[in-house]
Amino acid sequence: MPVLSLVFGVDIRYAIGASLVSVIATSSGAAAAYVREGFTNIRIGMFLEIATTIGALTGAFVASMVSTRAIAVVFGGMLLWSAYEESRPRYVSEETGTDRLAGILKLDSTYPGLQGPRSYSVHSVPGGFALMALAGILSGLLGIGSGAMKVLAMDHVMKIPFKVSTTTSNFMIGVTAAASAGVYLNRGYIDPGITMPVMLGVLAGSLIGARMLVRTKTRLLRILFSGVILILSVEMIYNGLSGRL
Amino acid sequence: MQTARSILSEEKIHAIIGSLLRGGVLLAAVITLIGGIMYLLRYGNAIPDYHVFRGEPADLRGVPGILRDMASFRSKGVIQLGLLMLIATPVARVAFSIVIFALQRDRKYVVITLIVLTALLFSISGGTL
Repeated sequence: MPVLSLVFGVDIRYAIGASLVSVIATSSGAAAAYVREGFTNIRIGMFLEIATTIGALTGAFVASMVSTRAIAVVFGGMLLWSAYEESRPRYVSEETGTDRLAGILKLDSTYPGLQGPRSYSVHSVPGGFALMALAGILSGLLGIGSGAMKVLAMDHVMKIPFKVSTTTSNFMIGVTAAASAGVYLNRGYIDPGITMPVMLGVLAGSLIGARMLVRTKTRLLRILFSGVILILSVEMIYNGLSGRL
Repeated sequence: MQTARSILSEEKIHAIIGSLLRGGVLLAAVITLIGGIMYLLRYGNAIPDYHVFRGEPADLRGVPGILRDMASFRSKGVIQLGLLMLIATPVARVAFSIVIFALQRDRKYVVITLIVLTALLFSISGGTL
């Protein structure tokens, strides 16, 4: 979405529509593979999707009431934050007591490890749920998947193992983006001429990327990714404030 | 007699959901590609202007209009149907989960999944549910 509006000068509303569709494409494509491997926790995903879909609907409705310049500035801020988050080393979560809600909702589960299934328990369900609602609002407002924030909610707050957090976050992104995409479709933000090449390009790119991922060093990827995001976010905020969008 | 739980093992459920998502994305990509080729044959030489936001015409904004355009083989309608298929893929996954949770007699999750499905249908129908 930043590339569309910054490099090609596409109106930010068309860019939001095209971005949402490409988010659904990559998320669903990757989720198909992750679900089979058994890392994704469908119950956690389903329960937290209540927060993300209702948040996304709220965000998408609010988006029609605020200016595109304000959206650009908020988006730039989000990008800056995710660049920072991406460059930070992750810490390993330590075991503490379990959550009562996690028990009621049967969220605790296992994931495949080297020595057979490893069990984990879920913590701070209300806190994670609240952060998910915020992730949903940002997704609906900006037309993004807000995957980084979903991982933050599950990994840092709910203390879910990293591999389960990332794959379950990816699993939820499709549903969250679909909730916003419906609103944007009805509002005429999804243009077939722009969205078609973006969707097909993103799908082809993600297929190639998934193959390259095995051979590329993670450290290099993170630095490259943070650099690109940093430049885009600064430009987005500048354009939003100077009224060029 | 086998119980519903043993017929539908977790692994099997994961495999079915995986296939559902992959099938939906592939079908959506193929329809969008066909529409894209039709679109380029029709408008390939025109220079589009997306600097100014006009919004899509009414027939490309909702499910009935897109289906009508699709029936008359209009390229934009075909692309839009592909995009609609893509948006419908996660919705189909949620709808399918309701069936699974019902077979597992997991009432809590049937309710949770119904709430999510209602929010999604509300969005796609344009808030007219």
